[in-house]
Amino acid sequence: MYVELKNINKKFGDYEAAKNISFGIEKGKLAALLGPSGSGKTTILRILAGLEQQDSGDVMIEGNVVNDVPASERGIGFVFQNYALFRYMTVYENIAFGLKVQKMEKQKIRERVQEMISLIGLEGLEKRYPNQLSGGQRQRVAFARAIAPNPQLLLLDEPFAAIDAKVRKELRRWLKEMIEKVGITSIFVTHDQEEAVEVADDILIINEGKLEQIGSPIDIYKNPKTPFVAQFIGTSVILESLSGFKGYEEIPNGKKVIVRPEFVEAFKSDNQKFAKMKNAVEEGIIENIVFRGSYLELTLCVNGVRLTTNRSLERRHVEIGEKMCVLLYRVYLFDENGAQIHKNELLKGIDVEAL
Amino acid sequence: MKKTSEKIVKWILIGISALFFLLMLVLPLIEVIVRALADGLQSYQAALAAENTLSALKVTLIATVIAVAVNTVFGLVASWVVTKFDFRGKNVLSALIDIPFSISPVIAGLAFIMTFGRSGWAKPVIDGINEVFGTDLALVFSVPGVVLATIFVTFPFISREIIPVLYAQGRAEEEAAAMMGASGFIIFRKITFPHIRWGLLYGMILCAARAFGEFGAVYAVSKARGKTFTLPLEIDALYMAGSADSITQAFAVSSLLVGMALVMLILKNVVEYRGKRNNR
Repeated sequence: MYVELKNINKKFGDYEAAKNISFGIEKGKLAALLGPSGSGKTTILRILAGLEQQDSGDVMIEGNVVNDVPASERGIGFVFQNYALFRYMTVYENIAFGLKVQKMEKQKIRERVQEMISLIGLEGLEKRYPNQLSGGQRQRVAFARAIAPNPQLLLLDEPFAAIDAKVRKELRRWLKEMIEKVGITSIFVTHDQEEAVEVADDILIINEGKLEQIGSPIDIYKNPKTPFVAQFIGTSVILESLSGFKGYEEIPNGKKVIVRPEFVEAFKSDNQKFAKMKNAVEEGIIENIVFRGSYLELTLCVNGVRLTTNRSLERRHVEIGEKMCVLLYRVYLFDENGAQIHKNELLKGIDVEAL
Repeated sequence: MKKTSEKIVKWILIGISALFFLLMLVLPLIEVIVRALADGLQSYQAALAAENTLSALKVTLIATVIAVAVNTVFGLVASWVVTKFDFRGKNVLSALIDIPFSISPVIAGLAFIMTFGRSGWAKPVIDGINEVFGTDLALVFSVPGVVLATIFVTFPFISREIIPVLYAQGRAEEEAAAMMGASGFIIFRKITFPHIRWGLLYGMILCAARAFGEFGAVYAVSKARGKTFTLPLEIDALYMAGSADSITQAFAVSSLLVGMALVMLILKNVVEYRGKRNNR
C-alpha cells in the first residue's frame, strides 16, 4: 500500500470526526472519500495532509510513519475547496510559489511553470489574477499549483463543489485524464456519489467518522456491505415490510428492505414483453411524475407503499393516476450487520437482466 | 408616480443631512477659523508660536506617533490571534479589545492614576525601577502617562479594521502556502500582508486622528501646562482663562488641530479609494 491510515481517531470537543479509520490506497490509484456532509471525510483528508493532527493512530506514506512530519515535508500537493489561490498573485506567480519556496533556480522555475501552464491549457493567461478567471480555469490553476513541486500524493478537497453543473462534468473528465497523465496517486473528497462513481478507481464510503466500505464503484453498488452504504448509494426507498408482495416471504424480524428504482419495473397491462412474468405482477397507481432531464421518475403506490422507478422517454406516455403493472425484481434486506440481495421467488429462472 | 415620490423622498433626505452637516459641523468650523483670525494674522501667528502651544504640539505629536506605532504592532498581533487560532477565551479577548470604545476616556485616565499614582498599587514597582536604574520615571502627571493614556484610548482602531479583512480571507491561502513549505514570515509578507495593507493604513490614520484629539483620558493624567499638556488641553486652558485675548488664542490653536484633522480626513479618503481599487 502506498498510502495507509491505521486506527486513526480524531475528536473535536464532543464530535468524533474519525473513529478508528484504517485503509490503504495503492500507488497510482485515484480514490474518492465519499460521504454526506459532516461525515468526517474532510478531516481524514486533512489528517493525511498533516493540516490536522490525529488524536491516535498512524499515517503512513510509502511505508514510513509520517505522524511527526510537518505538512510541508510530506511531499503532498493539496487542492483546497474553493481553491485558495493567492489572490494577490498572477497565475504564473501562483504556480511558481511552491517552487520559489523550495529555492529552485529561476530558469528551472520558468520552465516548470511553462510546462504546467501548457499542461492545463491556459497559455496566454499567465498574467491574469485569480479573480479574472472562470471557476473552471481557477480549478486548473489550483491543480497546476499543487502538482508543480512534483508531489508524490495529490489530495483534493471537494474539487468540483464551487463549479456550476455543466462545467463540472467536463472538469471531472479533465481532472481524471490529467491525473492519469501525470500518474500521481490521488485522493479526493466528495459528497456527490455520481462524481465518485465516475471519477474514482476506488471509493471509500465514510459515515459519522467511520469507514463503511471500500471498493470499486461497481462493487460498492452491487454489494453494499452495510445498511448505510445500501441506502446512500443509488436513490433508495426504505420499507418496513413487504407484506402483500408476491414472491417474497415475510421478512425476518428486525430486518428492513431497501428498494432501488432499477429494482422496480412498471408497464402497461397490454405490454407483451413482460407476459411471462404475469404471475408476479402487482397493481400500482402513478402518484407523481418528475421529468429528470433524460428520463421520467415515476412514484407509484403499490400495496400501500411508495416505490419509485425510472422510465425511458422512448416508452409510451403515462399519466398521474394511471393504473400500471408493477414488478419488483429484487430488494436488499438489511439489519445492523449488513445487507444482502434478495430476489423475487416467482421470477427465478427468468433472466431479468436480459430485458 | 412611484418614480417621482421616490425622487422627492431622496431629495428631502439629502436636504436634511446637508442641513444637519451645515449646522453641526461646517458653521462651527468656519466660526473657529473666523474667530482665530479675529485679531489679525499677526496675533494668530503669535498664538501659534507661543511657548505653551509649541510644547503642547510636541507632546501631542509624541503621543500620537508612539500610540500609532504601539497599536500597529498590538493590532496586528491581536487580530492575527483572534482570526487565525482557535482557543478558549477567544471571544472574551475579542470583546476586551473593544473596551476603550465603551468606557469613557476619563475613567481610563482615572484608572491610570489609581494604578500608578501616589497611592496606586503599582507605585512601589515604579519606585523600585527608578531606584535600581537611577531614573526619574513617572507614569502619571508626565509625558509617559499622556502617551499611555493615548495608547489605551486608541488601541481598538487598528485591530478593528484588520479583523474583518482577515476573517473574510479565511485560512486556506495561508494553509496552501504552508503546505508548500513557506515559512511564517514569507506567508505573512506574501499572502497576509497584501490583504490587510489598506485596512492597516486606514486603521493607522483613524488611530492618529483620534490620538490628536483625545481629551478626557489625557486630562486626567496631565496637569502641567507647558510641560505635559496636549493641544486639546492647551485649547481648554486658553479658553478657560477667559480674557478676550486668550479666547482668540484658543481659537487659533483650535484651527491648528482642525487643520491636522482635515489632513487626516483627506488621507483617509485617499486610502479608502485606493484600497477599494486594489481590492481584488
